[in-house]
Formats: sequence, C-alpha cells, structure tokens
Amino acid sequence: MAKKVVIMPCSGIGKAYGEIGRQATYKVAESLRPEEVETECLARLMIDDPETKEKITNNYVITVDGCAKDCAKKNVEKTGKTVDKAMRTLDVFKEHRDLKPEGVLNLGEPGMKLADFLAEKLAEEVDSLVGKGE
Amino acid sequence: MAQAMKIPTDIRPTKVGIVPCNGEEICEGSVTRFACRKVLDEIRPGKTVTICLPLFVAGDEKERNFACHYPTITLDGCGKRCAAISTEKLSGKPARSLVVTDILKKHGAKLSGNRKTLTAEDLKLVDLVAEEIAQEVDKITGKED
Repeated sequence: MAKKVVIMPCSGIGKAYGEIGRQATYKVAESLRPEEVETECLARLMIDDPETKEKITNNYVITVDGCAKDCAKKNVEKTGKTVDKAMRTLDVFKEHRDLKPEGVLNLGEPGMKLADFLAEKLAEEVDSLVGKGE
Repeated sequence: MAQAMKIPTDIRPTKVGIVPCNGEEICEGSVTRFACRKVLDEIRPGKTVTICLPLFVAGDEKERNFACHYPTITLDGCGKRCAAISTEKLSGKPARSLVVTDILKKHGAKLSGNRKTLTAEDLKLVDLVAEEIAQEVDKITGKED
C-alpha cells in the first residue's frame, strides 16, 4: 500500500498562527490532496496511542508549527519518528506581512488567505514526498 | 521552639488554567478550542489562562510551572482524554476534567461533524460547553455567580 502523508499541525491556542496551520492542514487533507493526505490528533501522541504511533511510523509526516518552539515537531520526534518535513506558519507570514489575521480563532479573510498560501506550500511538499513533483 | 505556621484554609486560587485537547481529527476538538477561548476572552477574562497542550508536553517551563501551582481544568473532545492524561502525568491531577462528548450527551445535543468550520448550531453548543467550564471556574475560585 502506498505511503500517505500525515500532516500534524501544532494547533497552538495562544496566537492565530496555530489556527492558520490547522486550517491549512484541513485544506490540503480535504480539498487539495485528499487522496494522499490525512491528519491525526497531535495530543494522541502525548498519551502514546498505539494506532496513531503506528500511522506516523509507517507514513510520511509533515509538521506545521505556529512558532519557533516547534512543539508539533518535538512531540512527533519524541516517539522516535524523524519528521520528513517541518514547516512553520511564520515563514509564510514573513512573505505576506500585509495579511494580518483578525483573531486567534476567527482568522477573517486575511488570516484565511495566509492559510491558503500555507496550504499551497504544503501541497508542494506532499507532491515531493509521494513522488508527483519529480 | 518554633511555632508551626498557621496556613489559612480559606484562600482560593485566583486563576485557573484551561487545557484544551485541540483534537485535529474531530469536530469536538475544534469545539474545545472555541469554548476555551470564549471563557478566556469573554466569560471569565482575568480569571483564566489557556495552557497550550503541545507546548506543555514539549517541556515549556512556564506552562508546567503554572499547572503545578494553579488548578487546571482539562477539556477533551473525546473519551481518549488526552489532555487530562497528559496534564496528570506532567503536573498532577486536574481540578476538573471535562469531555465535550459527555457534555453534549447530557444535553442531548449533536455537532455537525464539520471539523474545519463550525456551523451556527455548533457555535451554540460551544456556548454551552463554555458555560460549563465557567461554572467549574467559579466553583474553584469560590465565586459562584
């Protein structure tokens, strides 16, 4: 069976960047690359959920972090899995400084645009991992 | 001989940490986020803080110190209770442990299942969950409205 790509956003609750990563993940998993991409609850790794650990062990993993603390990456790598690609929402924000999210969870149009830009970048990484980009 | 220090027993905590699970896979996980932010920003501002679960587990000192010294309420989306289990492991038993599916069951309510965008009906249930959290905050801080 072909490997899938599991995207794990940090879903940070303190700032909008966590929600942007989460919305971008949903866009890739549900609209842009639904055949190749899934997401899993990051918190399940924190309780050593065997099914979730098995899934990330046997598939590609991309983490999406809202800040430089890289919590999603750290929590995945605590299981012994090396992430295939670690991305940060802030890197997309730096390229589009004119777009300011309206709230932490209610991102408004500017925040959703940032999520769309991030989703495009994630889709490129997915293609590269599953071989479509070659 | 030194006298034993009298510790007042009527002092209540002034702040409560709320730990949502954030579950990405399910709609209930999105509800945990919106309900926690509603309590923090609108219903009980100043009395609550949210604790970022991934940061907490990744080893952030500030988050762990807060959870060691102040009571916490965990809010999980499902029966796996990841936030409650992680909090207990890292900083002790939460003061209250709530689960969205239990709250909805109690009220005979059902979510749309859309994890990406909560519907207007889902947002009404967010209010309901947020009220349950606020009641627990009041019980802990001793200021029941």
